[in-house]
Amino acid sequence: MAERKLMTGNEAVAMAAFDAGVLFASAYPGTPSTEILEVFSKQEGVYAEWAPNEKVALEAAVGASIGGVRSLAAMKHVGLNVAADPWFTLPYIGVSGGLVVANADDPGMHSSQNEQDNRYYAKAAKVPMLEPADSQEAYDLTREAYRMSERYDTPVMLRLTTRVCHSRGLVERAAKELPVRVPYIKDEVKRVMIPGHARLRHPVMVDRLAEMEEFSNGFPFQRAERGAGDAVVVTAGVAYQYVKEAFPGVSILKLAMTNPMPRGLITEFCEQFSDVYVVEELEPYIEETVAGLGLYPRGKVGVPRVGELNVDNVRDAFPELAKATGAPVPAHPSHVEGLPARPPILCAGCPHRGIMYALARQKAIIAGDIGCYTLSVLPPLSAHDCQVCMGASITMGHGLEKAMELELGEGEEEERGTHMVVSVLGDSTFFHSGVTGLMEMAYNRGRYTVVILDNRTTAMTGFQDHPGTGITLQGDPTVTVDIEKLVRSLGIENVRVVDPYDLAQCKQVLSEEMDRDAPSVVISRRACVLRERTSKEPYAISREECNDCGLCMRLACPALVKRGEEVTILTDACTGCGVCAQVCRREAIKV
Amino acid sequence: MSEPSETRLTDEATRSVVLAGVGGQGTILAANLLANALLAHGYDVKTSEVHGMAQRGGSVISMVRFGGAVASPLVPLGEADALLGTELLETLRNLEFLAPNGKVIASRTRVDPLPVLQGTVEYPADAEERILSLWPDSIIVDAPAIAAEAGDARAANTVLLGILSPELPVGVDEWLAVIGKLVKAKAVEANRNAFLVGREFAGKR
Repeated sequence: MAERKLMTGNEAVAMAAFDAGVLFASAYPGTPSTEILEVFSKQEGVYAEWAPNEKVALEAAVGASIGGVRSLAAMKHVGLNVAADPWFTLPYIGVSGGLVVANADDPGMHSSQNEQDNRYYAKAAKVPMLEPADSQEAYDLTREAYRMSERYDTPVMLRLTTRVCHSRGLVERAAKELPVRVPYIKDEVKRVMIPGHARLRHPVMVDRLAEMEEFSNGFPFQRAERGAGDAVVVTAGVAYQYVKEAFPGVSILKLAMTNPMPRGLITEFCEQFSDVYVVEELEPYIEETVAGLGLYPRGKVGVPRVGELNVDNVRDAFPELAKATGAPVPAHPSHVEGLPARPPILCAGCPHRGIMYALARQKAIIAGDIGCYTLSVLPPLSAHDCQVCMGASITMGHGLEKAMELELGEGEEEERGTHMVVSVLGDSTFFHSGVTGLMEMAYNRGRYTVVILDNRTTAMTGFQDHPGTGITLQGDPTVTVDIEKLVRSLGIENVRVVDPYDLAQCKQVLSEEMDRDAPSVVISRRACVLRERTSKEPYAISREECNDCGLCMRLACPALVKRGEEVTILTDACTGCGVCAQVCRREAIKV
Repeated sequence: MSEPSETRLTDEATRSVVLAGVGGQGTILAANLLANALLAHGYDVKTSEVHGMAQRGGSVISMVRFGGAVASPLVPLGEADALLGTELLETLRNLEFLAPNGKVIASRTRVDPLPVLQGTVEYPADAEERILSLWPDSIIVDAPAIAAEAGDARAANTVLLGILSPELPVGVDEWLAVIGKLVKAKAVEANRNAFLVGREFAGKR
């Protein structure tokens, strides 16, 4: 037997891409997809990069495909929103070297702002989609995806979910294909989508979809498992694993290719049963097709439409099926009630803490963004007022400021809005999609303040490099984007740099810039404490000076603990950043 | 990794271990050690881990399932054969995963969550007693202290694996080999010692 290794789904995708001869891969980090590129980038002879954002990553992969090599773009579900522009036109153009988009949805929102179901993106763009159910399938279907991509001249979506990405399972790799370069042949009718060309290409896509449906009906990974009883469960992805345990021995139609849906296969198999069930995470995507075939499936009537599935909630979805299949319902001790919650928090010594504390005291509306600093929304820092997606801090801030300043029509007695506005985002997020927002601010004469939290890394996803760090994904030195110069080049004259460990400086610079009747940018610069820990002496609280006022507790630092009325510093946890000593009005916190 | 051995137990029912702790305590590595030891012994293995935002000091759970053919990577409630707790409150929180005959092996480690640090909620001071009252056979040890004696307090989770190990058919040599493969070179010795101390501790009970 060939060597079998434990791999996460992400590792399996990376190794399959390598084994498929992929030479080019691009991504922006995003949980749960990040490790795909991290693992791929370490393989021999490949090129892999962190792009500033997912649109850039996908477009670069399109170029690599046109250039004739197999390419990969990886992203989390919301990343495909950013990449949606190339996503919808790319299938008109097709591929030269195979192109796969590894898209990782996050049911249950383990580390995301929403739980959108990206299977609809595949359907909407007429892109074939494969859904692995474990690491071995993540490997096998990635290999299949490249064959399919070239056979049908189309990009392919590999639709992963958190539980596939971050579960380990045994993987047996297949023989490696050597990379090839398809010779470049100029073909502007196929690759330049002016309306006249696109009108020629769209019917090709529709015909291709019909062809691929035939393929989908016969695709060997679409598996009809005949069991006992009059019921069949149609399922796909990791939900299949839950069905196997919740309803042991039931007949299953396990789909691996869910766009185009294998309608012939579904009808042919399901017609043999009196009861048809559909078990899938998130939206009733499969159910809609099965229902459209007149099979009257039971799906979201029982299966939750929100959150992640598991064996328990799948079993609970259809008690009659659980009973019929004799699923053992384990007795388990009741949930221990009333325990303190443990939300994620900013680390001790986190450079975001000082600046967010100072900001929260400015009485402004804080338009926030996506990153570790979003955790400052939780009390007691409470330093975020709104947040929607990557980069939106700057642009929402722009609209907010205008809304506050616009005068109401005649006859209105209300005053103008009086709130100040500050936008806050991290360095990696700024490079991702903050730069165009800053142009909006400069061009359209915004007069608010943008704070860029420059901690020199992409921290939340595990310390990836970006255009501001001077190092590429594969470890080579490169140019470093100078944030100050970039901001000034947009026409913003007021650019200040502060040290977030220096609270007085933060407060002073923030008030000066916020009072200014002009756009301004404050760069709060200090490396993530988990990356560059300057070994400083831990602080301690002098019992003589401390009056237990609790002011320092508003920093929400995990090194500060209040026991009864008394506040103490946990020496092992304290990194010596000194921010709490600056908050104390009695100089009770000392080294 | 090694090839599945001849002893592959193809018809064995799936068994499960839940590892519960706080982001940053290293449950992913502990789960990976356990999973690879089980793999080396010839089982089908699946694990589940937590990445991303929850790692910033939040509650984290890793799961390891093994047997002839494992389906779900997630452990259903009431089905875990063992709960390895690297922190007391998280151990208490996750008792619901245990099967009636499941084992609790936990470290007497306390990490205060934010609401406790803030003084708005009390840490359950009787967490250990509550675990023992609900699960009388629980083994609760000061894992970091034991690991420190074995060479490095950071090998605390490996002490817990050592205590768990007699419950599993994996041999000591297989365990030590897996530790050698997966742990950073400079920490291998401390982790092997920590494992052996834990295993010896379990044997004395």
